[in-house]
Order: sequence, then structure tokens, then C-alpha cells
Amino acid sequence: MDIVVPIKMVPDLVEELEIDSEGRDLDRSSLKLRISEWDEQAVEEALLLRDKHGARVTVIALDTGDVDETLFTCLAKGADRAIKLLGGEAAQGSSRATASVLAKALKGIPHDLVLTGVQAVDDRDGQVAVFLAEALGLPHVSVVSGVEPAGPNAVVARQEYAGGVMAEFEVDLPCVLGIQAAREAPRYAPVSRVRQAMKTLKLEAAAAAAPDAGAGSTVRRLAKPDAGGRAEILEGSPEEVAEKLYAILKGKGLVKS
Amino acid sequence: MSQDVAVVIEHLGGKIADIVFEMLGTGRELATSTGGKLLAVAAGQGLAPLAKELGAADAVLLCQGAGLEPYTPDAHQQALAAVLTARAPRITLVGNTSIGMDLGAGLAAALGWPLVAYCRGARLEGGTLVATSQIYGGKLLAEAAVAGEHAIVSMLAGSSPAEAGRAAGASAVEEIAVPAGGPRRVRFRRLIQPAAGDVDITREGVLVSVGRGLQSKDNLPVVEELARALGGTVSASRPIVDQGWLPKTRQVGKSGMTVKPKLYVAVGISGAPEHLEGMRGAELIVAVNTDANAPIFTVAHYGVVGDLFDVLPPLTEKIKASA
Ligand SMILES: Cc1cc2nc3c(=O)[nH]c(=O)nc-3n(C[C@H](O)[C@H](O)[C@H](O)COP(=O)(O)OP(=O)(O)OC[C@H]3O[C@@H](n4cnc5c(N)ncnc54)[C@H](O)[C@@H]3O)c2cc1C
Ligand SMILES: Nc1ncnc2c1ncn2[C@@H]1O[C@H](COP(=O)(O)O)[C@@H](O)[C@H]1O
Repeated sequence: MDIVVPIKMVPDLVEELEIDSEGRDLDRSSLKLRISEWDEQAVEEALLLRDKHGARVTVIALDTGDVDETLFTCLAKGADRAIKLLGGEAAQGSSRATASVLAKALKGIPHDLVLTGVQAVDDRDGQVAVFLAEALGLPHVSVVSGVEPAGPNAVVARQEYAGGVMAEFEVDLPCVLGIQAAREAPRYAPVSRVRQAMKTLKLEAAAAAAPDAGAGSTVRRLAKPDAGGRAEILEGSPEEVAEKLYAILKGKGLVKS
Repeated sequence: MSQDVAVVIEHLGGKIADIVFEMLGTGRELATSTGGKLLAVAAGQGLAPLAKELGAADAVLLCQGAGLEPYTPDAHQQALAAVLTARAPRITLVGNTSIGMDLGAGLAAALGWPLVAYCRGARLEGGTLVATSQIYGGKLLAEAAVAGEHAIVSMLAGSSPAEAGRAAGASAVEEIAVPAGGPRRVRFRRLIQPAAGDVDITREGVLVSVGRGLQSKDNLPVVEELARALGGTVSASRPIVDQGWLPKTRQVGKSGMTVKPKLYVAVGISGAPEHLEGMRGAELIVAVNTDANAPIFTVAHYGVVGDLFDVLPPLTEKIKASA
């Protein structure tokens, strides 16, 4: 089985996000990027399937800054191929445009199962998994945690609902699944192994096709939520804060006195 | 093209999702601006009882058939696409839920309409649809102008009060024929209920909820001790559960439990919309976070900007000493 995992670099939310002078996008000059959290889960699910049932795992990404090291990390974790799509800038900023570029690339890459992440933090126009499936004419399920083979031509995928409820679907291959969580926590590749991969392995490169359609909407303003309704911040040393919190909880009858 | 506003009615096991009533409220406001009707559209089977809860809509459009119960992404997309094609509403609202993520993008692709996702609000400005998405884990809002005559807007839970859309009483019900479909490539097998046996966090009066700020599973005692001192239980954000540090039964949020305790202490949790969805109804929310800009402070009543490892131990001691 051929499993393809598209991965995306997104701003690291641990860092302060600054808005540029036009007020419509992030100030990208000093932005720190990282792999989207759910893509790490998708890579893990692909590797788990490979370890248990045998498969070839290919990771693919548009060439946004910093992606090389992430692709090498995937190779160090055990992915078989890593492909970088060059010149896809026109697709950036729209899931729909990205999906159309990925769909064209996948025409030339064997894929029985495509595992994307879900809901990248900068996604504004919806689900790559679904747009990609529609462009390829394949079935899809979003927000999946847990994939297993169901015979040679199908997989079982669990879709997560509220309240911890899940629906189990049988999905014909080939298909596209938006992965929320792998069955196990993502494995870790030690830095030494990533360095080794960078020295001994190669990323494949291919030209990105032109995107078909964009988001159909244009950002007019990017802003921080207004500060209204914010918490009353308790100041002081940890001991002073503890006193204040204790007094508040006591006042509400939430601690014994 | 019509000026109508359609709301996709998500339902599971004979129950309408809460977000539907929020969207009916938002949809009514939009329909007032467009001058169109508010339509409730649903795919499934045996939907007549559900239609009775949709009195807030001007009309209920049902596409019913054996292959449409329970939900599958392909069958529901096809049925709803047929309804939306027939009615061509100006704006279609879907919930930003797992099902809504399938349907919003699926319908947008099938119909060639724009989709704006993760929206907190949407309004018309002189005929132009303007929708505000909450992105970057709730840290930023992106206001966008949407082109074209039709659009799909996926709404975040908690964007508007559900009361606004809860109205019993009959709306005109109309049946739409199920479109002929090809073979079903996604087949429903079963629903899996959450594992029983662990504590039920939805019934706890006090929750000390921990997020990625905990850094390591070995640090769990710091929050466990505070929970014990308060006579409560430890719950968590999604990453803590995904890493296997706590069981799924402890997860608060969109894909976990919705909790309404008397006291919710959020430590090392940033407050992403998916987390807030599960706890914003708590009576008293206290947040401890090193980042003064963390979105959790927008819903907390009291906040401490500081390191949980500095802030929690003296608080735990104070409570223990006073007991
Ligand atoms: C479809 C979908 C469904 C989801 N469902 C859920 C769900 O049900 N529940 C859920 O929680 N999430 C859910 N998520 C994930 C959600 O989007 C966020 O990624 C998640 O809530 C973040 O968890 P966190 O706040 O613990 O981690 P982060 O966002 O990483 O935040 C960690 C916080 O800890 C703070 N911190 C770090 N160190 C310290 C310290 N020493 N002391 C104090 N503070 C510190 C940081 O400032 C930061 O604010 C879902 C996502 C998707 C896409
Ligand atoms: N530039 C990109 N290169 C490769 N895959 C991408 C890219 N952008 C998005 N994706 C995929 O789409 C997912 C995001 O989906 P969503 O945010 O739900 O639309 C990511 O987790 C990736 O799997």
C-alpha cells in the first residue's frame, strides 16, 4: 500500500504573533515555523500502519520556508520518500488552492491512502483533505483518529464527535482522511538521526502546478480579539497570589475555612 | 440566486446538535439583512420529529432516504448538494464540527462556492458578505470579504446564544427527492461510546485542568495535589490526552467533554476555541498561564500571569493548611 502524507509548516503559537503594517497578514520577517501538530499525528498513523501491515510512506510539502528539516525529520522517523513541491507560492494562504496543487502532484505519485492533518492554525478556508479528495474524485472522512486496514481495498476510519463519541466508517481505497490523532503518541527522532538523514538522504523535488481556485474571499483585516471581558489579573509574588486566590475561593464557598 | 439563508441541520442519534440553534439565530439576523427566508435543511431518515424543533426557520427542507441514516460524508454531501442546488441560497451556514468539516468543504467543492471557515460572526455590508474567522489557536481574528453570489460559512460553537434559534412550532416542511447516487464508498459501521469506568468529569464540581504547559507527565502531581486539596479532579486539554498522559475520558473540549463545574482552574492551557467550547460555561474560571496574551484570559474570571510550577504549590499549601 502507498500512503502519502502532505505536511504543512505553520507559525509556532508559542511565539508572539505580530501583524504587518498593512494589517492583513502576519509579519513574516521573524516568524518561527513548525510542522502543523496534526500532521505529526498523520505521519505517525502512516508509520504505524507501515510497521504493522507494510506500506510505503511518502511525505510531501509545498516548499514554504524551513520545510527541509521537517521533511528530513520525517525520513529520520522512517518515511520512505520526501517530496518538495517547488514554486507553489501562489497556492499559499488558501487551503483550496493548496489542495488543487497537491491533487495535480498526486497524479504522478502512487497513493492508496492519503493522510492529511486537519485544521492547520492558519487555515481560513477549510479542509484540504476534503478539497483534495473532491479534486481527485476520492471518498474522504475528516477528523479521524485511528485507521486500520479492512481487507485489501478498504480501511476502517474513526471520526471523532463531541463527548468522546466516535463513528466507525469503512472507506474504500483510494481515499483521503483528515487525521486528528494517531493511535499512539508521535514517535521522536533524535537530532543525531535527523542530522544523519540530512547527510545521507535526499529530498526529491518536483515543480508545483498552478492552483485552480483560491479561497474566494480576501482578508481585509487581521486583528487581536478585543480585550473586553478579560480576566481580572491577580498580581504579586506566588505567595501573595495564593492568598488572593484563596480569599476568592473562600468567598465563593469553594474551599473549607 | 435567492436571498435566502440556509442552515445545515446536524443531528446524531435523533438529536439536533446544539450548534444548530446558534446558527438559526445567526441565520435569522443574516436573513433579515438579505431580505430572504431562513431555511433549515437536513438529510437523514425519520426526520419529522426533528423538524418540529426547527420553528425558528421559515421553512424546513428534508431530504430523506434509507441510505441517509446514519450520517456518512458522501451520501449526506450528495443529498444536501441537491437541496442547495435547487434553492441556491445566498448564504449557507454549517457548524464547524467534524461533520461540518466534511460537509462545508465537500459542498463548497461540489457547488463551486467559496467557503469561509472557523467563523465567529458573519454580516452583510451593502450586499457583500463579511465573515470573521478565528484562527491561530484563537489568538487572531481575520475579517474577510467574500466574493460571489453564494457562500458557505462554517460557524464556531459558542458564536451566538442557542436560545435565539430555539423555537418550537411548525415551519412549512418540504420534502426534496434523494438524488440517485452511485455505490457508497464510505459505509457506516457503528458508533463507539466513550469508555466507562474512569471518573465522569461532567459531574465534577471542581476541575483542575492541565495543558501542554505541564511539559512532562512526571509533573502531573503538581496539578493532582491542587485538585485533591480542592476536593476536585484533574481534567486536561487535548495534547495531554494525545500524548497518553491522561485518559480520553479526562479531555475537555470540542472532541472531548463539555463541562460546567462550579470551579475550573485552567493551568498551562492556551485557550484555543476547541478547548473553550467545552468549558466556557463553568461558573468560576481561574487561569494560570505564562503568556499574558493567552486566549484563556478572555473567558477566565481571574487570571494569574505566571509559571504554574511557582503559582500552584503555595496555593495548594494554603488550601491544605486552612482545611
Ligand atoms: C478538530 C479539532 C478538535 C479539537 N478538540 C479539542 C478538544 O476537545 N480539547 C482541547 O483541549 N483541544 C482540542 N483541539 C486542539 C486545540 O486546537 C489546541 O491545539 C489545544 O487545545 C491546545 O492545548 P493546550 O492549551 O494544552 O496547548 P498549547 O496551545 O500549546 O498551550 C500551552 C499553554 O501553556 C502555557 N505555558 C507553558 N508553560 C507554562 C508554565 N510553566 N506555566 C504556565 N503556563 C505555561 C503557554 O503559554 C501556552 O498558553 C482540537 C483541535 C482540532 C483541530
Ligand atoms: N503547503 C502544504 N503542503 C502540504 N500539505 C499541506 C499544505 N497545506 C496544507 N496541507 C495539508 O492540509 C492539512 C491542513 O488541512 P486544513 O487546515 O484542515 O485545511 C495539513 O495538515 C496538511 O496535511
